[in-house]
Amino acid sequence: MLLALDTATPAVTVALHDGERVVAASTVVDARRHGELLATGITAVLDEAWVARQDLTAIAVGVGPGPFTGLRVGLVTARTLGAVLEIPVYGVCTLDVLAAEATESGIGEPFLVATDARRKEVYWASYSGLGHRLDGPQVSRPADLATDRPVVGRGAVLYPEAFPSGRAPEHPSAAVLARALAEERVEPLDPEPLYLRRPDAAEPGKRKRVS
Amino acid sequence: MASEPLVLGIETSCDETGVGVVRGHTLLADAVASSVDEHARFGGVVPEVASRAHLEAMVPTIERACEEARIRPYDVDAIAVTSGPGLAGALLVGVAAAKALAVGLGKPIYGVNHLAAHVAVDQVEHGPLPEPCIALLVSGGHSSLLEVSDVTQGVEPLGSTIDDAAGEAFDKVARLLGLPFPGGPYIDREARSGSSVAIDFPRGLTSQRDLQRHRFDFSFSGLKTAVARWVEARERSGEPVPVADVAASFQEAVCDVLTAKAIDAAAHRGIEDLLIGGGVAANSRLRVLAEERAAGKGIRVRVPRPKLCTDNGAMVAALGAELVARGRTPSALDLPADSSMPLTTVVA
Ligand SMILES: [Zn+2]
Repeated sequence: MLLALDTATPAVTVALHDGERVVAASTVVDARRHGELLATGITAVLDEAWVARQDLTAIAVGVGPGPFTGLRVGLVTARTLGAVLEIPVYGVCTLDVLAAEATESGIGEPFLVATDARRKEVYWASYSGLGHRLDGPQVSRPADLATDRPVVGRGAVLYPEAFPSGRAPEHPSAAVLARALAEERVEPLDPEPLYLRRPDAAEPGKRKRVS
Repeated sequence: MASEPLVLGIETSCDETGVGVVRGHTLLADAVASSVDEHARFGGVVPEVASRAHLEAMVPTIERACEEARIRPYDVDAIAVTSGPGLAGALLVGVAAAKALAVGLGKPIYGVNHLAAHVAVDQVEHGPLPEPCIALLVSGGHSSLLEVSDVTQGVEPLGSTIDDAAGEAFDKVARLLGLPFPGGPYIDREARSGSSVAIDFPRGLTSQRDLQRHRFDFSFSGLKTAVARWVEARERSGEPVPVADVAASFQEAVCDVLTAKAIDAAAHRGIEDLLIGGGVAANSRLRVLAEERAAGKGIRVRVPRPKLCTDNGAMVAALGAELVARGRTPSALDLPADSSMPLTTVVA
């Protein structure tokens, strides 16, 4: 029984996969409340599917790239839960999850996945028509990536001038994450965050005089 | 409850990832991973650096605490976690980890106030908390005088700093004197070979006028500026800066105000116990001066050992154990991290 979750975008998404199919899923979009919604999302899918926490055999977590604060909620939750239940924790690139859903719905041509990186930038990766990642993940300004190819993810909603051919889905789904991982359509990674940016911090300059 | 409650506590409000285990009033483990070295070159805590470090340190620190305490996670009666006040992104890592433990173990969770935890930790050192007591909490993030009648119900703020925290003033003056970050321990060390009366630095909010409005409040910004002016005047005149004397005189000014106001608060409220906590409580002069002044007034002083004064998970576990023992209602699983959690809220 696989528990899948992703908090690397405004969506807080959780799903359970029993090895054959997704048996419960929950997605709430609220960019500011990842920390409040994730744990209750997990208990909700467990309850819905009548699954006890001891029945979980693995955890899969979206490792971003995504805004750091939300991203960490998912990662620390997955790692801690994995440690205490003594089950393995796998990471999956969040952009691959969006790409897997676009491929499932038959996109059929090369495309880009772009999500909101804030500061007028997007996290992105490019994929073949079959959903193989060709480039990325990276963080860039939309204008530097402007394309008429289909663009999946919230990036296309935010920057239609750079990405006129926006496609669904806008946010990743843990149900797709779970399914794609179970069917080996995405590559399992270590549960390490893909920050792609260094922390903002400036070393202090020369001391300012007060007199 | 048949036996004393066993609680695991998590603290991530600033730059220390702390996980502690307490049974009743007994400390079983106090595991701390600090990112302080990563912040040193920035001269202060960088929130994103701290948050990243919390994520990496969380599971290893939980495992270390359980090993130290010789317990299995399943043995605990409840999880406690600092849910505020503190750095928002940093708090969130601890709160999410605590929720994962609560879900994974099927145990209740208490999201607790960091300052109340600084008070409660003294129980694992000196036994049951004298209630009511006056608490003086001083660190890089807070400088508060509180009246504690029931640490599980709420603490009444009597006063706090109106500008810099005391620990911040230590950091800034240390930097001025070319001493490393965090400044507290280095100022303390330098001060030992200096004279505390060499320079008459100002005592903030102690004039008759200020006392009317700010009897139990603190201000360290003027002191910090006065030290900077004095050091700059020395440098301009080409004379060497007597680092030890500046450190000792500055430290005296801070400790003088902190202890005077704390003792005044105790006397004013007719309370005979003063508890001192927070990172600055590790300062040797603060401890000595508080003892001296309290003795004359028949006031007892309790200061936990330095490792329990700085931020740690044991203090959160200590408060959690008291909450369980007194049958307080746990938090809901959707409890938020609250960077400005009010003092009057002990459990979120
Ligand atoms: Zn503190």
